[in-house]
Amino acid sequence: MKSQSNKLFEPTLVQTALKQSFIKLDPRVMIKNPVMFTVEIGTLVMAYVTFYSISNTGQGSALYNFFIFLVLFLTLLFANFAEAIAEARGKAQADSLRKTREETPAKLILADGTIQQVSSSQLKKGNIFICEAGDTIPTDGEIVEGIATIDESAITGESAPVIRESGGDKSSVTGGTKVLSDEIKVMVSTSPGESFLDKMIALVEGASRQKTPNEIALTILLASFTLVFIIVCITLKPFADYANTPITIAALISLFVCLIPTTIGGLLSAIGIAGMDRALRANVITKSGKAVETAGDIDVLLLDKTGTITIGNRKATQFYPSKGIPREVFIKLCLLSSIPDDTPEGKSIVELANQLLPIGAVSSSEKEGMDFIKFTAETRSSGVKLSNGNQILKGASDAMRNITQKAGFNFPEDTAEEVKKISSNGGTPLVVTENAVVMGVIELQDIIKPGISERFERLRKMGVKTVMVTGDNPLTAKFIAEKAGVDDFIAEAKPEDKMNYIKAEQQQGKLVAMMGDGTNDAPALAQADVGVAMNSGTQAAKEAGNMVDLDNDPTKLIEIVEIGKQLLITRGTLTTFSIANDVAKYFAIVPALFIASIPALQGLNIMGLHSPESAILSAVVFNAIIIPILIPLALKGVAYKPIGATALLRRNLFIYGIGGVIAPFIGIKLIDLVVGLFV
Amino acid sequence: MNTELLGIIASFAITLVIAVPLGKYLAKVFAGEKTWTDFLKPFESIIYKLSGINPKEQMTWKQHLKAMLTINSVWLVYGFFALMYQDKLPLNPDGNAGMSPDLSFNTIISFVVNCNLQHYSGESGLTYFTQQFVIMFLHFTSAATGIAAAVVFFKAFRDKTTTTLGNFWEFFVKSITRLLLPISLIVGLILAFNGTPTSYEGKDQFISLQGDTVNVSRGPAAGMIAVKHLGTNGGGWFGVNSAHPIENPSYLTNMVEVISQMIIPIAMVLAFGYFIRRKKLAWTIFGVMTIGMFMLLIPTIMSELGGNPAIEKLGISQTTGAMEGKEVRFGPTASAYWSTVTTIISTGSVNSMHDSGMPLSGLWQLLGMMINSFYGGCGVGILNYFIYLIIAVFISGLMVGRTPEFLGHKVEAREIKIAAIITLLSPLLILAGTAISTFVFGAYGDADWAVKPANWLNNPSFHGFSEMLYEMTSSNANNGSGFEGLGDNNIFWNISTGIVLFLGRFLPIIGPIAIAGLLGAKKYIPESAGTLKTDTKTFALMTFAVILVLNALSYFPALALGPLAEYFTMIGLRE
Repeated sequence: MKSQSNKLFEPTLVQTALKQSFIKLDPRVMIKNPVMFTVEIGTLVMAYVTFYSISNTGQGSALYNFFIFLVLFLTLLFANFAEAIAEARGKAQADSLRKTREETPAKLILADGTIQQVSSSQLKKGNIFICEAGDTIPTDGEIVEGIATIDESAITGESAPVIRESGGDKSSVTGGTKVLSDEIKVMVSTSPGESFLDKMIALVEGASRQKTPNEIALTILLASFTLVFIIVCITLKPFADYANTPITIAALISLFVCLIPTTIGGLLSAIGIAGMDRALRANVITKSGKAVETAGDIDVLLLDKTGTITIGNRKATQFYPSKGIPREVFIKLCLLSSIPDDTPEGKSIVELANQLLPIGAVSSSEKEGMDFIKFTAETRSSGVKLSNGNQILKGASDAMRNITQKAGFNFPEDTAEEVKKISSNGGTPLVVTENAVVMGVIELQDIIKPGISERFERLRKMGVKTVMVTGDNPLTAKFIAEKAGVDDFIAEAKPEDKMNYIKAEQQQGKLVAMMGDGTNDAPALAQADVGVAMNSGTQAAKEAGNMVDLDNDPTKLIEIVEIGKQLLITRGTLTTFSIANDVAKYFAIVPALFIASIPALQGLNIMGLHSPESAILSAVVFNAIIIPILIPLALKGVAYKPIGATALLRRNLFIYGIGGVIAPFIGIKLIDLVVGLFV
Repeated sequence: MNTELLGIIASFAITLVIAVPLGKYLAKVFAGEKTWTDFLKPFESIIYKLSGINPKEQMTWKQHLKAMLTINSVWLVYGFFALMYQDKLPLNPDGNAGMSPDLSFNTIISFVVNCNLQHYSGESGLTYFTQQFVIMFLHFTSAATGIAAAVVFFKAFRDKTTTTLGNFWEFFVKSITRLLLPISLIVGLILAFNGTPTSYEGKDQFISLQGDTVNVSRGPAAGMIAVKHLGTNGGGWFGVNSAHPIENPSYLTNMVEVISQMIIPIAMVLAFGYFIRRKKLAWTIFGVMTIGMFMLLIPTIMSELGGNPAIEKLGISQTTGAMEGKEVRFGPTASAYWSTVTTIISTGSVNSMHDSGMPLSGLWQLLGMMINSFYGGCGVGILNYFIYLIIAVFISGLMVGRTPEFLGHKVEAREIKIAAIITLLSPLLILAGTAISTFVFGAYGDADWAVKPANWLNNPSFHGFSEMLYEMTSSNANNGSGFEGLGDNNIFWNISTGIVLFLGRFLPIIGPIAIAGLLGAKKYIPESAGTLKTDTKTFALMTFAVILVLNALSYFPALALGPLAEYFTMIGLRE
């Protein structure tokens, strides 16, 4: 999925989009975009004027009017094309995701227990089907029985298989993924056509696409600018009559179309769709366009420590033998205790010990015949019983202290001291005993992901506060928080702590985003302004959030915030650019309108345009072609730079404001040089 | 540096020296903090008691608007009849007649809305009674209305989240007792001691050197002229306003008058900063406004000092610049300064005839009124500025990738809708008004009105167009100055500008207060590194660009046909 082509204009998509550009000319569709709707009216009027001027005089030549009509018509098509290509791209992306899950055979379990082979599209919500090793899971659902390893690479691009089992937070499976081992019974969680992807496709296609609040506000502003220019153009007629200057309809409509913000008006919906599309390309399904926009406003980011800030598992980093125990002996004991232990912690102890010990320090006879003592919640320790009867245990310091003291031994002072030190450094101490005698302590440390503190710094510059959520004790949490560079942390977090933290921040008017997967995360996901559920999470979590991350990647939140910001920035900069363009267009058209009867106004023709006709034509041509020129920018989004709001404003104001004033002067002049050859 | 230039630099410097402490003082007065004028409290209590007002009663923004509109409509009705029947009322030593209904309609709206467009001449059109109890009374109340409205707006941003915005009557009364009355008293005294009359007697007579008998109108004028400037009203006692030799007798009174019209608008901007405890924001706004003023003032001075090429062609030397329509005691520089000041803040009093200025001066005056927020009128200037600011906030908010917010409150569709309507209003009133005028002028030249449309214009062509454009612009800006040369006392201009005046006053007050009220009630969002700061130079530049571009886009074609066409034709004469 990641390899999805990023080419902006794929031939097949362009074809669809071209067709759509014409279909979208339907005034009933057009009226949703007031700016372009007025252009459509202007185009129709010009069509009429063209016919009229074939047999009448006074409105200029029919050919000239036809050219104006043509350019206006192209302006409309360009604007429609922008929207259509954005839709096509979004849809193609979603389609390719959906394809993976279409029409797979499903083994439906009937009420009497018999199994019937049906097609995935026939599955209804609540049906239970069975999947064995090698089957493709036909649709989204929740495991009701069994455990299985599943290959989710079709969706996430991640090749390592994952384990899914009934009950708990890992019970959700996604259609299109493949069962690698074992057998599971799955209950269908969504009716066909209602999965998140289906919803997303509908959003992109426009049927259920609603304007976001910010988009509405901008549309209002643009509509009011359009109205101002309607007033300007209508009143120009009596003004011109007063000055005894006849103005042709073509000139008046050209002036109008040039002045109204067609550039942003034509690209506005494309920008919105492209925002959702960019989210989808990051493998995030958004349930509404608003969620993407809100992401740009996020003030507080709640991040789970494990998997986001730290690599996920603690690793052994040091061995501290108790007084009187030789270091090598202690390490050897640690190694022995962990050989059959396949937890990540156990493996890391073996790994570290092997590095420190000379080769052959542990003979193979020692390893033989050992019995593994499993970790239980009661003993809070694990270890081995060697063939010689010796028992080596490792575990939490208080659990080990109990064992030692029960056996009548003392817990050595220096080890107790070491335990405290490790804790305060954010590590986890594992005390090791041999036959209930304390031998020393192993230090386990969280490993902070490389590069994560730079990302937090970037977020800080955006004005986003990061909060680490962890089950660790406050001491450990504080240490890791400082090391990773997060702004705050919630230690010993219970699900309701997240909820309370979110509520408290929201009380202060802040917007909060979080990521979660478990059912007990659902309330917090729903409470958060942006709740991103992992695709591997439970159905409840996915329902509660407003985005679903197909990659199950906790750092995705950071990307989502940037996509949201980019969306707003693109809107803002193109609005500025569009309005700034008008200055030059005025200098092209206004002198052209009056020069015949007021020759002195030649003084305003600062671009030295060839003739009134060429000036007007050049202005409308520029106005039309700037739309397709900016489509790539609208689709890709204006780059976001975390340099602080004021610096960012200065930068964008310079590029799109000043640039927007200057560009059309150059563009119109160049077009005029060409047009001037013919007119 | 010549003395003329020094004169205006001194005027501006003195203005600032007064306005800065005045701003601090006003913030304290309206915040209810201790000030040295608290000795007036008992006096205010009497007013509250007499009118049955509880000044502690808190109002929402809607209640404020209701109060403001109610009291203003009372004055409208009262003034309309007083002006129509002034001949039957006392204090009419010169025996002046009552006003026609359409003139009375225009005049009363004009004064209630702080515009003071005068389609009559004070000496013959009004009696001492109406001068004092309608005109001067409204000079105080209309200014106080604007100031009180601005304070309501301030109040919305003082606390983090609030729905109650103080008491309108309290702000209104304090505007008069703590600000307008005391300063008017001082300015009035200065004027009186420098030759402006304060007598209730009728016309005086003298025999001129040529032996003609000259009747000189007079009256209790000094006090009114003081408040006409302080309250950015501008409606003079005499027809030619502050170009009149006894309304504005000397360079000194000229300075006093030009200073007094600027101090409150500037002080209100600074008071905003002190009041909401964001001084830097206020100084940034002040900076934008001041730069805007100089960008209009400097070219005006240059075009006036340059003289008129048409006169130059006659071989007449113009060592002092273009003197047509100017008073010798002021000179072109002080006249240019005044004409800029009076048009950017909505005073509209004149000390020279704008009609006779150079074409480009007319352009800058028009632009000043179109923008109407480089300081702007008493209280309303900052409200007008706020609309531009909200649009700047919205666009720049997007440009930095956040839902736009102002002072911790999110700017959303509803606020933008209001701002959009107000932005739309000025071009609508000015352009549609001028368009209808040009149409009537062309199509109904013979209409049987007090002045036939065909005879409206003193000057044909572009300048005539400017005269009509100026009249509508001045009305919409509630400015009140006239380009003159326009036959405006007839039913068309009286009614049309009356309507423009009314809409151009109240909607731009209602809009910003509604936005402020809505914003103030929203949840307060604390600032972060991602928040757009509105008190930076960059944002100031953005606001300035919004002001410039919006106005240029709205009015460029009209200005091209008026002053610009005239200017380019005039420089054509040189060749």
